Amino acid sequence: MATAGWQDNPILTVEHLTMRFGGLVAVDDLGFDVGKGDITALIGPNGAGKTTVFNCITGFYKPTEGRITMRHGEGDHGGALTEATGKGLRFASSGPASVHLLERMPDFQISARARVARTFQNIRLFGGMTLLENLMVAQHKNLMVASGYTFAGLFGLPGYRRANRQAMELAKYWLETVGLIDRADDPAGDLPYGDQRRLEIARAMCTGPQLLCLDEPAAGLNPRESGELNDLLRQIRQDHKTSILLIEHDMGVVMEISDHIVVLDYGRKIADGTPEEVRTDPAVIAAYLGVEDEEVDDIDVIAADMPEVATRAEGKRDGGGA
Amino acid sequence: MAGDVSPGRFASAMKDAVITTVIAAALFFFLVAYKTTLVTGIGLVLEQRWDRYLWLLVAVFVLRFSWLMLTGGRVRAPKSKVTITPRGDVMRYAGIALLLLGIALPFIITATAGRGQRLYLDLSILIMTYVMLGWGLNIVVGLAGLLDLGYVAFYAVGAYSFALLAQYTGLGFWACLPVAGILAGFWGMILGFPVLRLRGDYLAIVTLAFGEIIRVVLLNWYSFTNGPNGISNIPKPTLFGIDFGRGEGNFADVFGLDYSSSHRLIFLYYIIFILALVTNWVTMRLRRLPVGRAWEALREDEIACRSLGINTTNTKLTAFATGAMFGGFAGSFFATRQGFISPESFTFIESAIILAIVVLGGMGSQIGVVIASVVMIGGIEMLRNLDLLKSVLGDNFDPNQYRMLIFGLAMVVIMVWRPRGLISSRTPSIALKKRKRIGADMVAQGEGH
Ligand SMILES: Nc1ncnc2c1ncn2[C@@H]1O[C@H](COP(=O)(O)OP(=O)(O)OP(=O)(O)O)[C@@H](O)[C@H]1O
Ligand SMILES: [Mg+2]
Repeated sequence: MATAGWQDNPILTVEHLTMRFGGLVAVDDLGFDVGKGDITALIGPNGAGKTTVFNCITGFYKPTEGRITMRHGEGDHGGALTEATGKGLRFASSGPASVHLLERMPDFQISARARVARTFQNIRLFGGMTLLENLMVAQHKNLMVASGYTFAGLFGLPGYRRANRQAMELAKYWLETVGLIDRADDPAGDLPYGDQRRLEIARAMCTGPQLLCLDEPAAGLNPRESGELNDLLRQIRQDHKTSILLIEHDMGVVMEISDHIVVLDYGRKIADGTPEEVRTDPAVIAAYLGVEDEEVDDIDVIAADMPEVATRAEGKRDGGGA
Repeated sequence: MAGDVSPGRFASAMKDAVITTVIAAALFFFLVAYKTTLVTGIGLVLEQRWDRYLWLLVAVFVLRFSWLMLTGGRVRAPKSKVTITPRGDVMRYAGIALLLLGIALPFIITATAGRGQRLYLDLSILIMTYVMLGWGLNIVVGLAGLLDLGYVAFYAVGAYSFALLAQYTGLGFWACLPVAGILAGFWGMILGFPVLRLRGDYLAIVTLAFGEIIRVVLLNWYSFTNGPNGISNIPKPTLFGIDFGRGEGNFADVFGLDYSSSHRLIFLYYIIFILALVTNWVTMRLRRLPVGRAWEALREDEIACRSLGINTTNTKLTAFATGAMFGGFAGSFFATRQGFISPESFTFIESAIILAIVVLGGMGSQIGVVIASVVMIGGIEMLRNLDLLKSVLGDNFDPNQYRMLIFGLAMVVIMVWRPRGLISSRTPSIALKKRKRIGADMVAQGEGH
């Protein structure tokens, strides 16, 4: 079998990733690739360690072991990778190709330098700030430079004003894209749940990422909203050449939009392949069927999800029948 | 309703009043029933004051009981979402009105107050100093959401920087002012490095400790700071080299006016007025710049900030340093106004007062700080001069001694009535179409609240 597309040209490679919390091994020797321009899904039962993987990739946790490589530019990344790993660097480049070793970088630099953006499972917006402000904060790095680290901005120099206008334009573009432009001047905390999810994605996109990591973006969305989400994610990939890594429980969303699926169970990878391969994988089916019995701790989470899932399934069936 | 007095209610009111009285009895036992007095030759003696104690308890009982009988014990439940959300233009007009009042104030005072004008000018200067301190602390607490209980440290650093610089180098106020501000800002950074890793309550406690450490160092480093004796003969500010003293070449002489000691006070008032305005202007500007927005975002959600590439440590440091710098400016003004400083002026109570002003005003609200300063500082100073209180409570009554009590009461009342401060809404820093004010229930408060 020829190598899968994501192995030929990965933007992110996770190798031997292990994360322990005391005695608990949340992620165990995990390795996978995220193909450039792909939509990759990370799935698994509750407590499988998906969010922990995200937290390792985005620097919120320091992994116990493992290497996480983010690649920028075209070309051969091998040399840069060996150099960075060997010399203990965070970053190395050879020609247009460069690598960032994310496990060595502090969280804020992973967004600012390695250009990996993320959203959170429990939405983290700046609730008391307006939608527009949320998106302006996301452009902090560029605006900070343009404002001459505040000194030029304090006196309103033209360079800063231009940058500010551009930032507004970008924010406006994203508000239009996610359909929230009419609410630009309302506090983010006022938005309904589904809109908050989309705003969080827009905010992440305002940082200009190469890789966008979404933690359960469809959680709590109704069928119409999750359909819109699919379109949005496809559009992000197409128009912005942003690769997407997403955690999702909603199999409808996952099977429909992803090019590549990685399945976790108890911190281990149990399957890795195209949606067709994963759907029929016995290990995956077993993990998913077993979940209700074993995850007693997560019963309430599942219970909360149940009506959601039920309505969605109903919606699908109706849609299919018509 | 006050009318229906059912037996059940009588009994419950009785019970409640008894409990209240017992609690009061326990509380006041050591505070009121006994008093230590110093008798020469013997030392400390315990004086018993049972009469007062009993009267107090009777008063507690009667008041509580009648309150319960009249109101049915139903304290109007504080509406937790009470917020004044004035329209933006109202706030702007209020701001302009306050600004004009601020400019005209010395003339209004000199024109109307007559002989008492020095007192009122002094009070205006004092209030203005607290407005400036409040605005400075507002950057740290209101915008960045970092609860700083040791703000007075920077006030002290500013005051001592100026006083010592003037003493050792002979420089004047204007030359030392920027240096003092920068030094205070620098101290803010140095303090910030270890402290800002802490979260919530720990941050508050460590800043409190730092405030005390600075004071204790000033107190004990005798050779440098002159310890508890303080530093005196701090130079007065001049107007482009013109002094405000009596005689040839001084202000009154140069401008052909009759000498009046109020001139210097008016001058001092305008200095602090301008310093405060600068603080306000810079704060308002910073809010619209990426740093300011990052401060507010930090208050809302630190983790989200980091996911957006904001270096939260640096951002906190800038907030701390900026707030500290304005504290330093205010400190050197304080030194030049007093002409004498000692560590005594920089106790924790100052931090508490400034924080109270910020919290009462409504965190993050610039006008709220002004109102709170006028009420807290002005109110108490005015109380001191009210003959009415003296006639009621006896000649020895000095409201100044009850400052803390009044503070406490005011805090409790306001926190019950308006939990988020007097003006508790937030104006967005940027808008596409129209700035709509955001109610306080949306806005997060940050660390340690
Ligand atoms: N900071 C932490 N400290 C200790 N244990 C943790 C920590 N974070 C996660 N864990 C544990 O690691 C395991 C994996 O958690 P994680 O949140 O990654 O699961 P998940 O796959 O995202 O689940 P869900 O689908 O419910 O979001 C869980 O057992 C969790 O309790
Ligand atoms: Mg999760």
